[in-house]
Amino acid sequence: MAKFFAVTIIVIAIVSAIPIVRHTWNPPANISTHGAMIDEQMSETMVEAGISFLVSQILLALFIWKFSSSRPGDKIKTFPGGAKAMVSAAFLLVGTEVLALGVFGVKAWATVYLTPPSANALPVQVQAGQFAFYFRYPGPDRTFGPLHPDLISEANANFFGLDTTHDQDSKDDIVTAEMAIPLNQEIHLLMHAKDVGHSFYVPALRVQQDFVPGLDLSLHFTATQIGKYEIVCTQLCGLGHYNMKAYLEVMSQQDFDSWLKKEAAMQ
Amino acid sequence: MHHLSAREAQHLKPASFIRKHIFSLDHKVIGKQYYVLALVAALIGMVLSWLMRIHLAWTNYPIPSLHLLSANGAPGNVMTPEYYLQLMTMHATIMVFFVLTTAPFAAFGNYFLPIQVGAEDMPFPHFNMMSFWLTFSSLLVLMSSFFVADGPTLGGWTQYAPLSAVGSASGPGQGTGVVLWATAIGLFCIGQLLGSLNFITTTLDMRTKGMSMWRLPITVWAWFITSVMGLTAFAVLMPACILLILDHVAGTSFFVASGLVLNDQLLPHSGGSTLLWQHLFWFFGHPEVYIAIVPGVGIVSHVLIANMRRPMLSHRVLIYSMGALAVLSYMVYGHHMFVSGMNPVSSLAFSFPTLVITIPSTIIVVIWMGSIYGSKLRINTASLFALGFVSMFISGGVSGFFLAQPSIDIMLHATYFVVGHFHLVMGVAAIFGIFAGTYFWFPKMFGRMMSETLGKIHFWLTFVGSYCIFMPFHYLGIAGNVRRYQAFVDDYTQPLIPLHRFITVAAILTGLAQLIFLYNLIHSRFWGKIAPDNPWEATTLEWSTPTTPPPHNNFGDKLPEVFHDPYQYGVESSVGDYVMQASPEKVKSAHDEA
Repeated sequence: MAKFFAVTIIVIAIVSAIPIVRHTWNPPANISTHGAMIDEQMSETMVEAGISFLVSQILLALFIWKFSSSRPGDKIKTFPGGAKAMVSAAFLLVGTEVLALGVFGVKAWATVYLTPPSANALPVQVQAGQFAFYFRYPGPDRTFGPLHPDLISEANANFFGLDTTHDQDSKDDIVTAEMAIPLNQEIHLLMHAKDVGHSFYVPALRVQQDFVPGLDLSLHFTATQIGKYEIVCTQLCGLGHYNMKAYLEVMSQQDFDSWLKKEAAMQ
Repeated sequence: MHHLSAREAQHLKPASFIRKHIFSLDHKVIGKQYYVLALVAALIGMVLSWLMRIHLAWTNYPIPSLHLLSANGAPGNVMTPEYYLQLMTMHATIMVFFVLTTAPFAAFGNYFLPIQVGAEDMPFPHFNMMSFWLTFSSLLVLMSSFFVADGPTLGGWTQYAPLSAVGSASGPGQGTGVVLWATAIGLFCIGQLLGSLNFITTTLDMRTKGMSMWRLPITVWAWFITSVMGLTAFAVLMPACILLILDHVAGTSFFVASGLVLNDQLLPHSGGSTLLWQHLFWFFGHPEVYIAIVPGVGIVSHVLIANMRRPMLSHRVLIYSMGALAVLSYMVYGHHMFVSGMNPVSSLAFSFPTLVITIPSTIIVVIWMGSIYGSKLRINTASLFALGFVSMFISGGVSGFFLAQPSIDIMLHATYFVVGHFHLVMGVAAIFGIFAGTYFWFPKMFGRMMSETLGKIHFWLTFVGSYCIFMPFHYLGIAGNVRRYQAFVDDYTQPLIPLHRFITVAAILTGLAQLIFLYNLIHSRFWGKIAPDNPWEATTLEWSTPTTPPPHNNFGDKLPEVFHDPYQYGVESSVGDYVMQASPEKVKSAHDEA
């Protein structure tokens, strides 16, 4: 029974590792400048966690195999070096491992969250509400008009609560249901929620950030691959949560300019 | 060391049925009541998980008779999106609070802590009784939300504001459902506070002669450390629930910011903070993870020691490590909030203690493994579940390396990777701890043995089945599959649906295997072989009671005196390779540190 158990543990450990080693299930390929760093951090962690996982499970199995068949006369043996040696080794090994992961991981995090966007980043505003994202581009004046929550009306398609009659800056703002951005252009994403908590998750961009009602948050990123990608909500926001999504289209500067012109004409 | 009022209260054996079995002051009866409550809750939680899994794998497949549960929630027997979320919220709330917190801590702790310290009962038996009945009422209040107009809340067990705080405008169940949820959890908190108070005072104040702190079994240490966590964590969750209720019924705005618009209506709230709820919730929520798992660590160590026929490589380091988990558990809670919008520097600050907490966890595993080495391991259902716990604890633990790092959390946050992580480490592992404790202590609690054959079948199906369910969750998460979705409509999640179907089949089969356990439990209770006083040749005081099950006051006329460290195995004594704590026989100590 014990030997069978030991074999089962080893089989489970190896079978569990196969899809990881073979990369059977992967996130969408990275399309951002910072994403490679996150991917690298992920692979390093995978190697360290994977080794810890396999070594521990296999040792556990071997010990069960070996020490479950003692005979009555057998004496209890102490692990070579005793508790002190084991605990110190675990402390040092895991301590170094987590410290290394922690320190290297700071760089990827800092690139996304602790460095300000460059001055020529293109500002795009996104508003999350049950159960849709809306985007706003500032138009030729490069300034967003003020928001008036009391004017928000789905019925009149005034999703942001803009007052285009009185606010000069709002007049040329372009509101869209899909997000388009130019290739290799840094984007400064200005985020706010209309009603409850939501999140902005673009797996391909290696970006995830919650919307917090009452807080204006921002993100910045640069996409390096033309294509159409999904933006999904990851913060439970109500019954339509699963279906709250939008598309992000990365296009050449030229295509982007004409897209924006077309959207502006439809306002 | 003995509390006088408890002695007086406990000396008289209750005569009436009601005082004996229902409103009992006896910690053993209360422990069993908690166990039954947890068992019923676990069955409900499991059925809910089946319904969810079937819906996730075959979204429009009608589940026979589901409309009987809720005509609105399942028209034509197909779950609506909101009903999926409502069942999910109930599954999580029931499992986290009424199973994982209740069974390993309140059930086994109540039954065995006083016996293991050599006391006749807890110092505040009335508080103890109240603690159970508050927990019971809490479960009733929670379940009642199934029967209100728009059903239970759909906001998840974390109840993030403002979704939870703005009322029914934000979705079905978000009005009355949330108020009932918060009331239930508030009551639960009071129950746990009273329970923790009793556990702490029993451990500190009711130890019998010779029972020094270092002579306490690891289980008592685990329950004691858990009680200290419970006392501080539930004391934060309770006021948070009160504030949430006030936002509903008193027009306050603790968790709702100004300028929010729902259904084109500007909400009348202003000045609240969305993140305040998250800070309060996770200040409770992370210690809660350890409240669920530390008793399991204690139980599993206790069961392993008796079956390894040796003490742990280091009794004290194991206890220090559990203590370190408890202290660190308060400093790591922000890792649930890396992408919540709090200051990104805070994320780094919370990341380091989260990484550091892997050190005491690893030390615990290393001590288990180093103790198995060179032991004389006995394989029975209890030790199989204890060893299974070790395997699950490792598997669930290594995924913590990923989630501790904010940069990786950008990809994995709110995905099935997180779901896989916490199900393995706090769900399955904790439940394996409950099973290990059940198979080990059942003979003492009911005076009969459980069937080993059925127990082993139960173990194999559960061990392999749990891996089949929860390992694939990690793969889904790596692929970016978001959790809390009732259906997978995103293009990149389409290739993942076959994996979801595999998980569903595994979940149903593993769930069915639990019926074997249920049968074994009930059958053995009435028709099992009569248990000897000390079937496992174990050393601690629960095996020294004059009768099995123990008499009303645990030890008869005279409280035991303790002469030894808790785990004197691998020695030569007149009874075999062990000497009981209450035996005055002199043997050479087996402890490394002694």
